[in-house]
Amino acid sequence: MFGTTLVLALRSIRRHLLRSFLTILGIVIGVGAVVTMVTLGKATTAAVQQQISALGTNVLQVRPGQGFGRGGGGPRPPEFDQADVEAIANQVAGVTAVAPQASTTATAIYEGANWSTSINGTTSAFLTVQPWPLSAGRYWTAAEQEAGKAVCLIGNTVRQNLYRGGDAVGTRMRLGNISCDVIGTLSKRGQGGFGDQDDVVVMPIKAVQRRFTGSRDIRLMLVGVDSAYSTDTVQAQIADLLRQRRRITDGKDDDFNIFDTAQIRDTLTGTTTLLTRIVAAVAGISLVVGGIGIMNIMLVSVTERTREIGIRLAIGAVAREVLLQFLVEAVALSCLGGIIGLILAQGVILALVPLMQVPWTFDPQINLIAFAISAVIGVVFGYFPARRAAALNPIDALRHE
Amino acid sequence: MTGTLMADPLIRLRDVTKVYGSGATQFQALKGVDLDIKAGDFVAVMGPSGSGKSTTMNILGCLDVPSAGEFLFRGHHIERLDRDQRALLRRRYLGFVFQGFNLLSRTSALENVELPLLYRGDDKRARREAAMGALEKVGLDRWWDHTPAELSGGQQQRVAIARAIVTSPDVLLADEPTGNLDSERSVEIMELLTDLNRTNGITVLMVTHEPDMAAFARTVVHFKDGLVERIEARHRQGQAVEA
Repeated sequence: MFGTTLVLALRSIRRHLLRSFLTILGIVIGVGAVVTMVTLGKATTAAVQQQISALGTNVLQVRPGQGFGRGGGGPRPPEFDQADVEAIANQVAGVTAVAPQASTTATAIYEGANWSTSINGTTSAFLTVQPWPLSAGRYWTAAEQEAGKAVCLIGNTVRQNLYRGGDAVGTRMRLGNISCDVIGTLSKRGQGGFGDQDDVVVMPIKAVQRRFTGSRDIRLMLVGVDSAYSTDTVQAQIADLLRQRRRITDGKDDDFNIFDTAQIRDTLTGTTTLLTRIVAAVAGISLVVGGIGIMNIMLVSVTERTREIGIRLAIGAVAREVLLQFLVEAVALSCLGGIIGLILAQGVILALVPLMQVPWTFDPQINLIAFAISAVIGVVFGYFPARRAAALNPIDALRHE
Repeated sequence: MTGTLMADPLIRLRDVTKVYGSGATQFQALKGVDLDIKAGDFVAVMGPSGSGKSTTMNILGCLDVPSAGEFLFRGHHIERLDRDQRALLRRRYLGFVFQGFNLLSRTSALENVELPLLYRGDDKRARREAAMGALEKVGLDRWWDHTPAELSGGQQQRVAIARAIVTSPDVLLADEPTGNLDSERSVEIMELLTDLNRTNGITVLMVTHEPDMAAFARTVVHFKDGLVERIEARHRQGQAVEA
């Protein structure tokens, strides 16, 4: 009997193609909007996570000063030095490596092309904490690091601008007032949450300290944490150690700060997820509006087809069959709208993904949920008109003009 | 029909009354109708508007129930059946033809004829076969894919008749089947009904205003003021009938 009813419903939809299309438009847009929003929201979350992961997972960033800035007035907190780096590396359990960083900016010049970029002085520990493969060349040797030789690895953006994308390894370029051998090129990382990560020249820290900053100060330490250890515990131990070394008495605030990249990632992920939910909820409202549209048309349809219902009742349809027919019709309509909405969403997602620079994803769960909701809407908003049709008296229905 | 003398009639109404409304607006449409209809008869029901003939037809068609009295169909009490039971009875034993054809618009002749079979649960092939057979019987098998809008009034009524007989019903109820047709088309329809009555043994109950159409019947029942005024048994079909 259900198969028969489905045949009847599909015939009726086919007979009124334009009206059927207009009826389901609300559902099409609703399902399309929900799926598009949720998918793009999740893609954005994934992109944010990916960018933060590029900073290294299980990495703590240790800086002098409070918060991101250097704090309010008062004396400027002292920078770190090599002894701090070694103390953390040797005395705190669960630390895999500590990469000191001294950075500055300078103009790089090669054969008439010049490019202003940032210089990042560090040690080979940097590559342990935050692996960054080379696209060509080699890393510096321990001897070069120790000697503070003027050798450098250049990021992809620098290579594009100075070398027009050509081969840079083995050349010598000018960096501020010094000249520097390019021994390797770093692979492309892309846009990060904090600007272009490829616009950088990486050198041994001693070279940067000696030739640029003129001090042994260390502006930032990247601390790699063994994944078997809790970053919170390691963070607390580093804080204790630094307080001792910097002779901060009890009751006084830290004059340094430790950032957990995982924490930043969780915060940003939480924000994008929340935004996704809000937008999805707004899109969900259009689904409900679409459902009301279906009810509206089905009610009109019942009135308009009173005679047809009369005929069906006269030739022997029982009330339940008429109810089921209209219900199935409403559900078939809304499911059809759901399917078209899903297809529409895939098209919109494909069009928007390159514009938003997020990875393309297909989330079966949200597609299924949106489709299920469209079916439920058909049942809920189709029931009332269907009951009305089933309750008609055949004699009156047949007389209806 | 011979040898039915002792048998129960197919349809028996006993003291059937029908009251519409209540209180001051109450209206008694039937005031105690007694009527027997034998299986295989061709009955024309005549009478002025408000005489109770439509009400009687609605009751005979199991579309309505009497307020009081007995209605037996094949020996069973119908007045006690509920809505759905009556629907199943209509599905199995009755076929309807209306003055206004009442075909589904934008629906091919074949699909219209298939409709009762859909409710009976026949599979696609059986439906198609039976529907084509019924269309052939009314001479419209070549028009099976035309919608009502593409057919003349006479053709539409033939499709409606095909729809009514596709389930091989015992009784065909026709409510002024020629009311919307010119006289030539009307005679064709009446000849078709007569043929179905004779060759298929379908009992035909027909409401009509026109004596010319009633002349095709074997029995003519005259209604007046909610009662059966007289029953005219005719020995020869085609004989003139008084209005």
